[in-house]
Formats: sequence, structure tokens, C-alpha cells
Amino acid sequence: MSEAAAHPVEHQFDDAEQQREAATMGMWLFIATEILFFGGMFLGYTAYRHSYPQAFAEASRHTLIAFGGTNTAVLLISSSVMAFAVRAAKNNRRGLLGLLLLLTASLGALFLVIKGFEYAREIHEGLLPGRAFHIDAADPQHAEMFFYIYWLMTAVHAFHVTIGVILIGFFALRAWFRNAFKNHDTPVELLGLYWHFVDIVWVFLFPLIYMIDRHS
Amino acid sequence: MNSPSARAYTFTGLALLALLALTIGVAYVDLGPLNTAVAMAISLAKGALIILFFMHVRYSRPILWLFVGAGFFWLGIMFVLALSDYMTRGW
Repeated sequence: MSEAAAHPVEHQFDDAEQQREAATMGMWLFIATEILFFGGMFLGYTAYRHSYPQAFAEASRHTLIAFGGTNTAVLLISSSVMAFAVRAAKNNRRGLLGLLLLLTASLGALFLVIKGFEYAREIHEGLLPGRAFHIDAADPQHAEMFFYIYWLMTAVHAFHVTIGVILIGFFALRAWFRNAFKNHDTPVELLGLYWHFVDIVWVFLFPLIYMIDRHS
Repeated sequence: MNSPSARAYTFTGLALLALLALTIGVAYVDLGPLNTAVAMAISLAKGALIILFFMHVRYSRPILWLFVGAGFFWLGIMFVLALSDYMTRGW
């Protein structure tokens, strides 16, 4: 790639490398706010689980681990594909970039579809907190609290996945039809950071939701 | 910035899937209170792999490590201060 064809450097930066580093830091600053946003919910989970360990263990056994486990694999694979997409952007492989972004977005969409079926089954089984909530457990009130936290955290996470799928799909189109990331892969790199972060949140949600007490 | 090789990405992806299989397998073995500790340790390992390789932090300058660490440091403050109350109550 020739220097002359590179994306212009804004006047406040010395060079393209400094511009890229500043953009990356900005993205990590945004991710820090996201860490604390999700962190508040993880803290609420921890405090309640500490207070009502039996109710949480019992409620966790009612979650559908086949859906959760499959979805974890789907997100991990989509993150891996995204890593290759960022690499394709760096190497100016426009066609490959579009293809890998489309694959990443499709896996994200698959995650949402699986999650939708899981939600539907849980609603059918009465596990959505509210008047219709019912569970066969020794302490149904605090089992309901577990499911309240479960629905809140997974829904907020699914919202992040939805935003990711839309953005990644949009980027795929821009790569294909506009060649928008030629010698300018920083936006793809930053989108990748977002997608990997959403993956990390799920990596922690998965054992805390589905596997509190599977062995008894 | 150096970027990781395709091999590094492939190994990271496979390691993540292996850790997923491990975390599910271990969940069905009774380790007492260690079950949660092991599950969280595996999640931390997965998170570290994603951050270091997929998010390229391993290949970045120390200033970026500071930005990455700050978010987790604040998270640590929130957890330590809040749980120092919840976990020490006698009621």
C-alpha cells in the first residue's frame, strides 16, 4: 500500500499511527463505560446470589443450557470470524472483508434467533417475572429475582448484539459497494473491539446464568 | 502496530471453544464451592484471550494497556467496596 493513497491524517495528529492510536483509546474509553454499565448488573447479581444462594442455584437449574451453550459457541465463532475480518481490512482485501463481515453478522443474527426461541420457551414455562410467573422451587420469590436479573441482563446484552449485527451488516455493504475501508481500516478495527466486548460480556453471563449448580 | 498472524487467530478461536467445552464439563462435576471459582477462572481466561489477541492489546503500546486497565480497575473498586458490605454482614 503506498503512503500517498493512505487516508488523510487530521491536522491535530502527527501521523496516521498516532491518529489510529487516539481512535483506539477513544473506543476503549467507551468500552470502559460499558464495563461499568454491565458491571452494575453483575454486582446486583452477585449481591443477590450471595444473599439467596439456594434459590439462585435452584432457579439456575431451570434455565435451558442447550440454548445457552450453543449460543456461547455461536458468539465465540463470530468473534473469531470478526478477527479475520479486521485482518482482511488491514490487508485491503475488500471482497474477503465484505464476506467475513456478513458471516459475522449472520452468526450474530443466529444468536438472536436462538435466544428468541429460548425466551419463547421460558415464557411458555412461566419463567417471565410478573403475575404469570410460577416455578416449582422452595423459595419462589427469590427464584423470581434470579429470573428478573436473567431477563434484564440477557435482554440488555441482546440489545447490544442487535446493534452490532446492524452495524456489521452496514459495514459489509460499505466495504462491497463503496470500498469504504481502502487504506482506512480503523473503523473496522473499532467495530471489532465493540463486537469482541459484547462477546466477553456473554462469556461471563453464561456460567453465572446456566451453571450455578448443575451437578446435583 | 504489529498484527497477529492468521495462525494466532485460529489458535485463539480453537482455545476459546475448548475452554467452553471444559466449562460445561466441569459444571457437572461436584467440586463444592470450587465450582463457581473454576467457572470464573475459565471465563477470565477466555476474556484474557479475547482481549490480548482478538482486541490486539498484546500488540499495543503501554498507553493503551492503561486505557484498557482503567475500566477494569474501576469495576474492581465498585465490586470491592460494595461487597465489603454485603459479604461482612452478620445478618
